Amino acid sequence: MVSSDAKQRMIRRVAREIEAGMTVNLGIGLPTRVIDHVDRDLSVCLHSENGIAGVGPSVTYEQADRNLIDAGGSYVSIQPGTAFFDSAVSFAMVRAGRLDLTILGAFEVAMNGDLANWMIPGLFTPGVGGAMELAQKARRVVIMMTHLDKQGHSKIVRECRLPITASACVNRIYTDLAVIDVDAQGLMLREIAQGISLDEVLAATEAPLQVADNELPTF
Amino acid sequence: MTDKIVDIEAAIAVIGDGATIMIGGFGVPGTPFCLLDELVRQGPKGLTLIKNDANENGMGVDRLLLGNQVKKLIVSHIGLNSNAIKLMNEGRLEVELCPQGILAERIRNAGAGLFGFLTDIGIDTTLAQDKPRFEIDGRKLLLEKPLRADFALIHAAHADPLGNLLYAAAAQNFNPLMAMAAKHVIAETENLTAPGGLSPEAIHTPAPFVDRLVELPGLTEDYGVIRR
Repeated sequence: MVSSDAKQRMIRRVAREIEAGMTVNLGIGLPTRVIDHVDRDLSVCLHSENGIAGVGPSVTYEQADRNLIDAGGSYVSIQPGTAFFDSAVSFAMVRAGRLDLTILGAFEVAMNGDLANWMIPGLFTPGVGGAMELAQKARRVVIMMTHLDKQGHSKIVRECRLPITASACVNRIYTDLAVIDVDAQGLMLREIAQGISLDEVLAATEAPLQVADNELPTF
Repeated sequence: MTDKIVDIEAAIAVIGDGATIMIGGFGVPGTPFCLLDELVRQGPKGLTLIKNDANENGMGVDRLLLGNQVKKLIVSHIGLNSNAIKLMNEGRLEVELCPQGILAERIRNAGAGLFGFLTDIGIDTTLAQDKPRFEIDGRKLLLEKPLRADFALIHAAHADPLGNLLYAAAAQNFNPLMAMAAKHVIAETENLTAPGGLSPEAIHTPAPFVDRLVELPGLTEDYGVIRR
């Protein structure tokens, strides 16, 4: 069980991925919470699959516009410069490489950057939504997830056992334990969560991790 | 130019058993709930539905599922409808899953009078298994075929009697694409204005794509904000 404190630190760390002027798509669930930790003055353009560029902050039930949800079904707002468009335009934007960054959840990430986040055969078959386009075409794909699944198994694996969403697409993995880059040489451990030892990270990771000689930063 | 306004019963009466129907909407915004409820009331069976999602339990598409009117869904996800997932897992509902942008583009392709397109989306996944493959300029690609339908059911915030349509905020989504891709397009609207009442620059779907228009006397609860 991941503590809410560890989860919060992961969210705050992922928020540092987002830079001024970026166009960003945040996946449903934990990734949508990242924006709460990004300075609104950074002029980040949030894209939502259902046809919004420039998604504004979430609103309460009382403030909600019945026609204004994001792709996760949350009621959101507009801000100066928001644009609406149809679903074909929305994904033209994705496939043409106009997204600087997407932050997605995952069931498994393999050491070569393969991502599985859309299907658990026989158990979880909600469909694919826009995950394949986002994973394949955003210029940078980062994953945020718990390091272990509910059974305690590593979600960072040698090869995905689940049906993949896209192959060799992940650039970086954020978990409650570590920050790991997917490089041509394999997985590189970059940072460790506060209070976690290197041995704990290595023991919790099925895929081989390369570790730099210098002391690793914590988050 | 012709007035396309009909009452809701006549608008839906043209839909028979076995029809293929596109339904606009992404979640609640843009879903034509009144047209769907009339489809439930009239009861044609063996339908194939093309929609982004299956709505949520108890509303829209789910009422057609509960009435055993649906043979097949072509969708990008059904995650918010546990009834649809259950019917699929029991083998009582055929579900074709399509990446969301590819679903939109297959509909747009049909609406533009084309016969397919090549893409690399999903090429390394199980969804690519039955799709023809081509290699163009050294790049491996999949053939995606257009999606056409007998009918499209569309929800527009504003319309004029000629069938010019305008959508609100995120209610645009699949509506303007589907309004191009079906043989017979039926739109419902919340606000009917006289011809000339809509700015020509603001029109999302031009009148020639629309066959019938239903003026809604009001909206049902389904159109409202969902308390979560």
